[in-house]
Amino acid sequence: MITQEEFLNALAKKHSSELQDKFTKSTVAICGLGGLGSNIAVSLARAGVGKLILIDFDRIEITNLNRQQYKLSQIGIAKAQALPENLREINPFITLEAHNVKISEQNARELLKDSHVICEAFDNAREKAMLTNYVLENMPEKYLVAASGMAGVNSPNEIRTRKISKRFYLCGDEISDVNELGVLLSARVMLCAAHQALTVLRILANLE
Amino acid sequence: MVKVNGEFVKIDGKSVSEYIESANYDKSRVAVELNGNILPKSEYDHTHLQNGDSVEIVSFVGGG
Repeated sequence: MITQEEFLNALAKKHSSELQDKFTKSTVAICGLGGLGSNIAVSLARAGVGKLILIDFDRIEITNLNRQQYKLSQIGIAKAQALPENLREINPFITLEAHNVKISEQNARELLKDSHVICEAFDNAREKAMLTNYVLENMPEKYLVAASGMAGVNSPNEIRTRKISKRFYLCGDEISDVNELGVLLSARVMLCAAHQALTVLRILANLE
Repeated sequence: MVKVNGEFVKIDGKSVSEYIESANYDKSRVAVELNGNILPKSEYDHTHLQNGDSVEIVSFVGGG
């Protein structure tokens, strides 16, 4: 049995204790646990972020498995239930707070209040805009890392991270719309999720 | 001139709503930063852009 001390020492060995201390004492909220959110969560769990707040109202479908961090055996289960199980297999010492609800302007503040950084990881453009506007207007002390444009098969080099304002970052190519292109390829979605996860870690490390 | 997403355009005096409509943005999919601060949607109609303003319009697309 691996102890928490052994686990944290191993992380510090790969990340440096200076970075690891910052990650371990941080809380990150992930809004949407699909192609973006589930991959962001795996990256942050592996990085040893202390606590994740995971929010999604959806259940796992067979069409999710091409890009989302779930297993065949989990089809039909709520993402907010399945993702914690998968993350605990990677990092048993992470604190997870999962909510099987749809985020709205009515419940967002309560759900997100304990986070240092918020990830917008929805798939619907209107929901993305709603959360972005809500957080920037009503929770100006939070950092927001949002995503737009990771569908299709265009070059990976078009996926980027742009700092829009002081605490608002946008990852993606900003144009590739799944409703026009009809393709969501795991490598491109994971690339965008990796941009979001790395931006979160850079914020936690005071590098942004 | 007003700087919109990095480019200078002559829209001085227009409201944010008017510009969003004329540039074919979908209001329900955007977030607008005016001079580095988020502009609440309720203020789009009566916020008129002025010479020297810097606007960033983030227009979200689907997928995730």
